[in-house]
Amino acid sequence: MRGIDFMPGRRSIENVLFVVVVVLMGAVVENTYILQVMTFIGINTLLALGLNMLMGYAGQVSLGHGAFYGLGAYGTAVLSGTYGLSPWLALVCAVTLAVAVAWVVGRPTLKLSGYYLGMGTLGFGMIVHILFREAGTVTGGASGFVGIPMLGVGTFVFEGGRSYFYLVWAVVFGTILICRRIIASKTGRALAAIHGRENAAIALGVDAHSVKLTIFMFSAALGAVAGFLYAHFVLFISPDSFGFMASIKMVTMVVIGGMASVWGAVLGAAVITLLPEVLHGFADYEMIVFGAILMGVMIFMPQGLTRGLLDQYERYRKKRAE
Amino acid sequence: MADLLQYFFSGITQGSIYAVVAIGLSMLYRSTELINFAHGEFAMFGALGLVTLWGHLHLPLPLAFVLTVAGVACVGMVFERFALRPVKDPNPITLVIITVGASIVFRGVAMKVWGKDPVALPPFSNLESIEIAGAVIVPQSLYIVGAALVLAGTLHLFFRYTIQGKAMTACAVNKKAAWLTGIPYERMGLFAVLISAVSGAVAGIFIAPVTMNTYDMGTMLGLKGFCAAMIGGLGSLWGAFAGGILLGVLESLGAGLISSGAKDAIAFVLLLLILYLCPGGLFAQKSAERF
Repeated sequence: MRGIDFMPGRRSIENVLFVVVVVLMGAVVENTYILQVMTFIGINTLLALGLNMLMGYAGQVSLGHGAFYGLGAYGTAVLSGTYGLSPWLALVCAVTLAVAVAWVVGRPTLKLSGYYLGMGTLGFGMIVHILFREAGTVTGGASGFVGIPMLGVGTFVFEGGRSYFYLVWAVVFGTILICRRIIASKTGRALAAIHGRENAAIALGVDAHSVKLTIFMFSAALGAVAGFLYAHFVLFISPDSFGFMASIKMVTMVVIGGMASVWGAVLGAAVITLLPEVLHGFADYEMIVFGAILMGVMIFMPQGLTRGLLDQYERYRKKRAE
Repeated sequence: MADLLQYFFSGITQGSIYAVVAIGLSMLYRSTELINFAHGEFAMFGALGLVTLWGHLHLPLPLAFVLTVAGVACVGMVFERFALRPVKDPNPITLVIITVGASIVFRGVAMKVWGKDPVALPPFSNLESIEIAGAVIVPQSLYIVGAALVLAGTLHLFFRYTIQGKAMTACAVNKKAAWLTGIPYERMGLFAVLISAVSGAVAGIFIAPVTMNTYDMGTMLGLKGFCAAMIGGLGSLWGAFAGGILLGVLESLGAGLISSGAKDAIAFVLLLLILYLCPGGLFAQKSAERF
């Protein structure tokens, strides 16, 4: 995997392929429902990319990232909806807010590890979720926030459908490029060292805590951007979209896709977004099937679908060769 | 003053439930180093099982109690055998997602079987409530506190005086050393899940008459129980008990004196404080490793 990072030829091919596929998808698909689902996949990919930087590369769990997603969404909703600020200005404010919160929370929390880190982030996520629900005068409370304006540049408005699809996936593409830059940078190597063995990294002069904090803030910023895009897309938000289950879904996207892999994040986001849509046919059994798939993948392919399916394929090839 | 006492009493009642949930979580963690996010669902099954057996089928209460506990214990064993034991890569993230997956499955099953509407149950007995200095205690509260004490006491004796209990403690201290002395630690793992499922079921059964029973009642109960276990120190029996009571009382005071909306946040604020200040729990003799 390291080898791939140092082969620029292969990476630019991947990038071109990605752009071509996205442009083609947007151009060919006429069905608004499918465009909408693909837009959601893009938003979830942003979430997965951010959390993947933290979990896959730095090896730190977060069970409360739904909070940053929610801060982005509610930040822009309140600023642009209630106070009439330009959404783009609201985006800057919301991301700044999320990063600041990540700094405050991350400083003590990231000193923990393993289950304890998971629990600390979980507690934080629950507190933010309860705040969204209880601060009714600002956030609309449990019944949700109505009246989020649409995004626009000049006279052009990103209405649902094709233009929003392109907007989201352009952001996703930009984020993938940034993530790769970070992974290949000094910080990225420090992250890999921390993931390998934290004490060894510290002994080599890596300021583990501040590197972890930086990446935590970065993933919080991505979460807030995703929340921003989500809020201006669905135009109605309620606290339940950012609760415990939202955080767990984000973790699941990262793990199912396969950690420490940019394309794994895309795959994981696609699977977790599509699954409920596909499972609609099961009606009452939807929850059972969703949970069972989650368990099954984790029991039999703990490395995620990308790795797991590759392993299966290799085993199959070996068998045929014999 | 009477108000304060009333908050205190209802806090102890609610706290006893948290204590029982926390004990189940904590004992499982002690033997297997597993945090079970489906633990609250055991309580949910306990409550809804009682709704069916006692509320609808009108079986005698003790029989309904035994059958419900046995049923939940079976669910726990199936869960251990088919979801936990086959795990190839037992790291925290994998196990968290597996148990969360299980909790979703359990909720899905409960929604299918019992529907989405909450069901209420009458209290276990029709005795008069007791009044102390203007504060009222309903008999159900006494049953709940009693059940929590009996359960914690039984487990205490079990771990201290039975060979099984000692073997489980040995597994908790060092799995490999326990295995070398001939303790079948896989069976001990199953046993730990069993204990945890039974205590979850007991919590659900006793809380059933004082709450609205729905398929999704377990999630919050499980998370709060987890907070209580952390407050008392993960892996400690009486720590979990004390943590539960403390959480219940603080929540009740918070709901009464600040706002009922703030109630849910108290558990998680406490959780963060504990993690930051003394991650070994309030009653830890020495500071625990934050592994």
